Amino acid sequence: MLCQRCGKKEATVHLTKIVNGEKTELFICEDCAKETGQIPFNGNDPFSFQNLLAGILNPELNSFSGIESELKCNRCGMSYKEFTQQGLFGCAYCYDTFDNKLDPLLKRIHGSTRHNGKVPKRRGGTLRVKREIEELRQELQREVERENFERAAELRDKIHDLEDKLGGE
Amino acid sequence: MSLRDIINKNLTHWVSGNGPDNDIVLSSRIRLARNLENVPYPNRASAEEKAAVSKSVIEAISQQNEIKLHYIDLADLPEVEREVLVEKHLISPIHAKEGMEKGVLLNDNETISVMINEEDHLRIQVLIPGLQLDKAWEIANNLDNLLEARLDFAFSENWGYLSACPTNVGTGLRASVMVHLPALNLTNNIGKVLGAVSQLRLAVRGLYGEGSESAGNIYQISNQITLGHTESDIIDNLKSVTTQIVSQERQARKLLLQEQEIEVKDRIKRSYGILKYAYRISSEEALKLLSNVKLGIDMGIIEDVDQGVLSELMVLIRPAHLQKIDGKELTAAERDIKRAELIQTRLNM
Repeated sequence: MLCQRCGKKEATVHLTKIVNGEKTELFICEDCAKETGQIPFNGNDPFSFQNLLAGILNPELNSFSGIESELKCNRCGMSYKEFTQQGLFGCAYCYDTFDNKLDPLLKRIHGSTRHNGKVPKRRGGTLRVKREIEELRQELQREVERENFERAAELRDKIHDLEDKLGGE
Repeated sequence: MSLRDIINKNLTHWVSGNGPDNDIVLSSRIRLARNLENVPYPNRASAEEKAAVSKSVIEAISQQNEIKLHYIDLADLPEVEREVLVEKHLISPIHAKEGMEKGVLLNDNETISVMINEEDHLRIQVLIPGLQLDKAWEIANNLDNLLEARLDFAFSENWGYLSACPTNVGTGLRASVMVHLPALNLTNNIGKVLGAVSQLRLAVRGLYGEGSESAGNIYQISNQITLGHTESDIIDNLKSVTTQIVSQERQARKLLLQEQEIEVKDRIKRSYGILKYAYRISSEEALKLLSNVKLGIDMGIIEDVDQGVLSELMVLIRPAHLQKIDGKELTAAERDIKRAELIQTRLNM
């Protein structure tokens, strides 16, 4: 079946509209559907996250000094302005580049600015060790309260070892 | 080939399999966003860089024997086959659009899919039937570990796993469940329940449609926040909210039977009647009626149809599946007729 609007392309969109109980049916092609704005298509949704983010961030652009609006990632060339328009980082290094702009943004999105979840084994850096020290300290505290000093001493040595490891890197 | 054969051949595990609370929770999904450290994100990478990402991910998969995945280059698939993957929820609609160097890794029963070069370099997804978020996390986490041993993922001590979009940073985890809530809708409680859910930092959307209106009464609930909480906190929160919603839906069903037995039975049997005898049907109407029939099956009002009918048909009646089953391109009007035929054959099985 050909599109009932342009009469040229194959009709791929079947549109049923019910207005005040009156039903109309329309068979049109995708281009006509897009043109007449009948159906929200992916990619130009005004409520997409990217567009909302741009809305949130753009007022901040006004307060920019010239230098800040020139802020640009060395690796991928993404500027902070582009980031606020697209809502997407260009590469992993953009996070460091826009570092001092990120906390307010992340706070608004997540209510938090620090990762608490999984730490990868190989790429986790010192975070794994730091988390382990934190856990051992809490355990140490508990053992001291229980007057279990032998175990506490073991834990203290373990913490020292780990701290040396951190300091040595 | 019989319809049963066709269904078995085409259906993916979350549709054909069983899981806990499967009468209300159709599926559980875990998705992890991961990126390689030294390559720009897909929105900024060149074709060569994206090709290199695919290559290194495929290589990493081939270096281990624990999880068997096969790679599909989406450029090699005709549009209808890409849409079939979308309808099975194995890739996103955006990923199915034409573009450079996009691919997906799948296991045999399609519980695992890894999208390559979508918004992030990798999107690891595990999708299984029923309420099984812990199990889905276990599978996804294991695959993530296997990949991490071989690939340099972008990770920061402050912000965790770095993603293209700041809404995914941290854990990169999106956990979600798909739930069927007809009785909460019929008793006019759906707005209240969904409102409460969004207070708990969870997002709800109708699977087909917007806001609290959903054809087929099917909703997806997922965590909104990925940074600042542990993975198990995020999953436990979603799990406990889902468990409560399941018990509220069950209560609403009891209430319906007590207070509006005749109306409910009439609604269910009429829906069954239309589905059994309609000559053509739109997917929206079909979903609405199938939701009623499924409710009838779960409540013991319809006894000669099995429970899986809604999950099966909600996938099979969509455009790409209809065209795949028929083996040719169909116009929307033709699909409406084929859809009615398929539903009748399935209901009479």
